[in-house]
Amino acid sequence: MTAYIGKRLLAAIPVILGLSIIVFLVMKLIPGDPAQALLGSYATPDNVARINRALGLDRSWPEQYVIWIGNLLQGDFGRSYILNRPVLDEVLERFSATLILAGASLIICSVLGILAGIVSAVRQFGWTDRIITFFVLIGISMPAFFLGLVFILFFAVQWKLLPASGMYAVYGGGDLPDLLRHLILPASTLAIVATGVVARLTRAAMLEVLRQDFIRTARAKGVSENKVIYRHAFRAALVSIIPVLGIQAGFVLGGAVYIETVFQWPGLGQMLVKAVSTRDLLLVQGGVLIAATVYVLVNLLADVAQAMIDPRLKA
Amino acid sequence: MASALLAATALTLAAPAMAQTPPNILVVGQIAEPASLDPHVSTASNDFRIAVNIYDGLVRNAPGTLEIEPALATDWTISEDGLEYTFNLRDGVTFHDGTPFNAEAVKFNFDRMLDENHAFASTGPFPLAFFFSAVETVEVVDDLTVKFTLNEPFAPFMSNLASPTGLIVSPAAVEASGADYGRNPVGTGPFKFEEWQSNTRVVASRNDAYWDGAPALEAVIFRPITDANTRVAEMLSGGIDVLLETPPDNVAQFRNDANYQVVEAVGPHVWYVMLNAKEGPFADVRVRQAVNYAVNKESLVTDVLQGTAEVSAGPIPPAFNWAYNEDVAPYPYDPEKAKALLAEAGAEGASLTFLVTEGGSGMLDPVPMGTAIQADLAAVGLNVEIKTYEWNTFLSEVNPGLEGKGDMAEMAWMTSDPDTLPFLTLRTAAFPAEGGFNSSYYSNPEVDALLDQARLATDPAERGELYKQVQAITHEDAPWLFVANWKQNAVVTSAVGDFELQPDFSLVLRDVTKQ
Repeated sequence: MTAYIGKRLLAAIPVILGLSIIVFLVMKLIPGDPAQALLGSYATPDNVARINRALGLDRSWPEQYVIWIGNLLQGDFGRSYILNRPVLDEVLERFSATLILAGASLIICSVLGILAGIVSAVRQFGWTDRIITFFVLIGISMPAFFLGLVFILFFAVQWKLLPASGMYAVYGGGDLPDLLRHLILPASTLAIVATGVVARLTRAAMLEVLRQDFIRTARAKGVSENKVIYRHAFRAALVSIIPVLGIQAGFVLGGAVYIETVFQWPGLGQMLVKAVSTRDLLLVQGGVLIAATVYVLVNLLADVAQAMIDPRLKA
Repeated sequence: MASALLAATALTLAAPAMAQTPPNILVVGQIAEPASLDPHVSTASNDFRIAVNIYDGLVRNAPGTLEIEPALATDWTISEDGLEYTFNLRDGVTFHDGTPFNAEAVKFNFDRMLDENHAFASTGPFPLAFFFSAVETVEVVDDLTVKFTLNEPFAPFMSNLASPTGLIVSPAAVEASGADYGRNPVGTGPFKFEEWQSNTRVVASRNDAYWDGAPALEAVIFRPITDANTRVAEMLSGGIDVLLETPPDNVAQFRNDANYQVVEAVGPHVWYVMLNAKEGPFADVRVRQAVNYAVNKESLVTDVLQGTAEVSAGPIPPAFNWAYNEDVAPYPYDPEKAKALLAEAGAEGASLTFLVTEGGSGMLDPVPMGTAIQADLAAVGLNVEIKTYEWNTFLSEVNPGLEGKGDMAEMAWMTSDPDTLPFLTLRTAAFPAEGGFNSSYYSNPEVDALLDQARLATDPAERGELYKQVQAITHEDAPWLFVANWKQNAVVTSAVGDFELQPDFSLVLRDVTKQ
């Protein structure tokens, strides 16, 4: 297992290195630069040159890339041009907010999705199955940002039950209940689509397993129906469910970008959107790299978990 | 399904949720997280709205106007030749960190911005330092007297001192915080910086020792809420007391609700379409005048912008009341006259390329405005092809000049002095090749001479007269399609008192109350 993990980690290095070059080049190739974004209408050639000199952007591209990577290897991600703050501080702060949001929605979509999928499979073609399938379809086809606005409209504006935006109350608050109240709307919005996907795939996996011989054998031996479903069938189905959860983890991380904007959740997605529009090169590069690394690690984790359940995959 | 379950959870968790904001603490919904609270580093009006409450400048704009009044300087003298400005400083003022405000502090502020070899020059970059590029030296005459020497007479100097880039920071705090000063700001203003929690809030508390009398509010909390719909939702759900930059579509909703008050002020803002005078149909002044008649600007400001702007008559916005020419009226909507002018110029049915941006600072609603203009021009027989660009790309396309790229391009400016916009965009010496922003290549020697003269005139009345002439001439020459002056707006709850917006787009909170 250690060798397997080691091999996967080594394989991730060229991926991340390649990505660093792509991010760097993309940020260089899109028109407009930080000096121009800073100066806006006042971006005369003189002023732009003066700012670029101050930011070290007057050097050649390869030189800038090498300096960036060199500093990075020493743990120095540089300073954001626009926020005038160390990139690493900003990214870590933002990323922890994103992880809370994505983690919460992953928990919601795993628990609800798996439960719904199992119930659906067990009651195949029954009323419960039909009702669940109906909601799952709505969840999958509803654009999340629209749902977010609907949630805000009802829960915050109409009923004044939950805050419309932010991660903590502006005064007081700051404790766990405060965080949870702010988390409910964005996390469930983000979870909706993923829940549908997990439910559908769980249902399919369960149906597949329930038709197999060992289930029939278990039932013939007089094992209780609950035990058959949760001990035998579900455990077998997990092999196909876990990789789906790995993919959903990536999906909620990606989907967080627009949910964060709608709910003003101070996460990485929201930061990246703004950083790209202000051409905050080092912040975009650092943010993307760290996010990509975590994405690679999450997928690795899902694969490892699957390999642990199904030894055939270890080879 | 998830939502239904969560709704049930919400009901149980929500009980203590929605307390209204406490009295005497004002919560302001800002359009974005500030980038820096170092006023010399920052360029965004979003940041300046906080900075003007933490800092003072030597001078400031009197409330509700763009006229200069004393602030940290009590009075000043300007030498005959317009090269020396000597300021007497207010006695007994201290920065929030307890260090004294004096002539040394003033010198430190401007040297840091202007001298690349200054010990704290690395705490920059200082993008707008060129506001003071005419400053040759800053001298400490005595503890409470400071003298600026300019390398050429430069009349906008006083307005630039009153702009946020002229705010005075504490030298001791810059020395203590270095590059992180922008997150630990120290000024002399009515509110003291307390805390900046990233992406959540910036808190400033009352400065009891403020030289101009302590403010009524105990504290101000600035909250960043980027999405306009979310900002409106926060206002409706009681999360903020002041809503800045309300989307035009929502203004009416608040206007009709007694719990809220909509506050408006015209600003020094101009939204226009530059017309390529170098090549193509707009080289003929009659065609330029024709489009000014052809576009229904009334309908643009009332329908597209929902009354959040006024029709503009020329390159100088009415907010500069002392320099604005009341006699110049906007071109009336007259498609027949437009057609006649086009026929006279032989430009009927001409095809035009129109560069439009998707958004950008001060650009209001650029795509719908662009298509409305396109439709009006089609009605007089002009075929307009629109090309849209993202803001930064748009600037890098338009700023080097329209030649070979298009016939018309949208643009908007907000300035602190009536000089800035015409000086940078309408002079012959400001063609892009010369480093200016005259991307449409308008050239009139008379306008050039008037603008040069106005820069040298230190008497505001005399300067005002010169700008009024500039306005009359450019109106006739029509280098642009003059469209709109934006009225900034804010919505406040009925608990908020004495709230006013300033024509310089700052947000002065020292007199505001809240129950």
